[in-house]
Amino acid sequence: MSKMWQPEYEAMPREQIRKDQGEKLCRQVKRMYENVELFRKRMDEKGLKPEDIKGVEDLHKLPFSYKQDLRDYYPYGLFAVPMSEIRRVHASSGTTGKQIVVGYTDNDLEMWADCFARMLTAIGSDENSFVQDAYGLGLFTGGFGAHDGAIRIGATVIPISAGNTARQIQTMIDFGATVLCCTPSYAMYLGEAIEEMGVKDKLKLKAGIFGAEPWTEEMRHQIEEKLGLKAYDIYGLSEIMGPGVSYECEYQCGMHVCEDNFIPEIIDPDTGEVLPEGAQGELVFTTITKEGFPLIRYRTRDICSLNYEPCKCGRTHVRMNKPQGRTDDMLIIRGVNVFPSQIEEVLLNVGGEITPNYQIVVDRKNNTDTFEVNVEMSEAMFSDGVKGIEKIEKLITEKLRSTLGIAPKVNLVNPKSIERSEGKAKRVIDKRKLH
Amino acid sequence: MFIKQLSIFVENKPGRLHSIMDALSENGVDISALSIADTTDFGILRIIVSDIDKAREVLREIGVISKVTNVIAVYIDHKIGGLAAVLDHISDAGIGIEYMYAFLGRTEGKALMVLKADDEEMAAEVLSANGVKLASMEEI
Repeated sequence: MSKMWQPEYEAMPREQIRKDQGEKLCRQVKRMYENVELFRKRMDEKGLKPEDIKGVEDLHKLPFSYKQDLRDYYPYGLFAVPMSEIRRVHASSGTTGKQIVVGYTDNDLEMWADCFARMLTAIGSDENSFVQDAYGLGLFTGGFGAHDGAIRIGATVIPISAGNTARQIQTMIDFGATVLCCTPSYAMYLGEAIEEMGVKDKLKLKAGIFGAEPWTEEMRHQIEEKLGLKAYDIYGLSEIMGPGVSYECEYQCGMHVCEDNFIPEIIDPDTGEVLPEGAQGELVFTTITKEGFPLIRYRTRDICSLNYEPCKCGRTHVRMNKPQGRTDDMLIIRGVNVFPSQIEEVLLNVGGEITPNYQIVVDRKNNTDTFEVNVEMSEAMFSDGVKGIEKIEKLITEKLRSTLGIAPKVNLVNPKSIERSEGKAKRVIDKRKLH
Repeated sequence: MFIKQLSIFVENKPGRLHSIMDALSENGVDISALSIADTTDFGILRIIVSDIDKAREVLREIGVISKVTNVIAVYIDHKIGGLAAVLDHISDAGIGIEYMYAFLGRTEGKALMVLKADDEEMAAEVLSANGVKLASMEEI
């Protein structure tokens, strides 16, 4: 059995988890009914009273909440405690619309640090670790989530934040970082820079915690190869808490959801019906311990499935698989569903040193969707002959066509020319004005 | 025997060629020969320059990919049939030509032809054996 940060929760027998969740859920529903106007209104519309909720078996009766709610009640309209009890706020970068704000009480911050500490412990970190926190430290939840978690286990934190790649790598070497936390695309970027500088053998990195954006197994291999570490996936979203809602243990067979704090459900995104165990659908979370900014049945729009089988690590908490896409990331191009993650998968599988740095550009001309994929060129892909490069272009186009069922126009672009912000690459540009 | 040519990936966007030229001229890189292969989607700019290492460094800084390629530069008589005479030797030896481009060298009455063959070594050997003069890097 692996080392755990809070074994009393992490390895709690399943029946007990359900009982514990039920009690917490009932308290949360009552508290929110009293303190959050929108939740009360939605309960009343359904003719539900807090006392109708008696345990987890009644969860499905409760109303959903949506990202739009956070925008409608911006900034503090959904907080469940007076502002004097809110110790910190975070906000999403607002890439998909107006920014959203979330708040945490002292207890919420404690809980969050514990969740992140569980992951750090699961991957073998302890007070002897040096955690280089290269997530953006700021309103983005990533930076402070990792920061507090690392402090919680007694590790030494290097709060360098994202960016300034040359200094980032120098610091990693000089300060002896053993754990790296950042977005997977920034990890790739760092890996490329480390390769260019030829300093891989000077690194002491053992593990990396990468989250906050979708990435693939192929990307994991590349990051591990370039940085010489074991790469772990972490899941979180600011609406629910931030990174640490779920995380991989050393066996890397799905991400354990911190079920003592969050109840996951999988629903059919169209009908809202709860789907049977193991089915793939939209992930929905209910925060049962959060005080400052609690949410009931929050629609994450992430598509994944849950696995309740016991894990080799001894944790009893359910595992979610890596989200296969987002209901709102999904592009419908000429009637075909396209997930950006599929394109990444193809690029990494095509072979021939093709970089997974891509950008999808969709537009509408003469009532037809245009679909272009820009792929960053690398030294290794470039040859003096036109034919060689055209062959790569054709290969990418053909693989994308066979995977997606629709052929994009592939453009090769200069290295590092695709815009990156806070280490997150901007993957989709949809110029269609459909609304 | 071989001339070092710089092959550069040029994105198919307005202003790309200009920014490459700008960067090279700002850093004092002199271009003695140039050709562009263009497709509908991208171009390959091929140049012969005064300082190839400097040129690569400058290009890397502006995020442009380049590669060094060995080519042959051949002196050709500036008269009708001058090029045909040289190509005779190449085709007789069964060597394929991938691309070529001409420019004026410093020698009166001669033109220079840059030539990329599928077998560089053999092309150089055949030409030399038939008395065709190859230009050295210094002569360009």
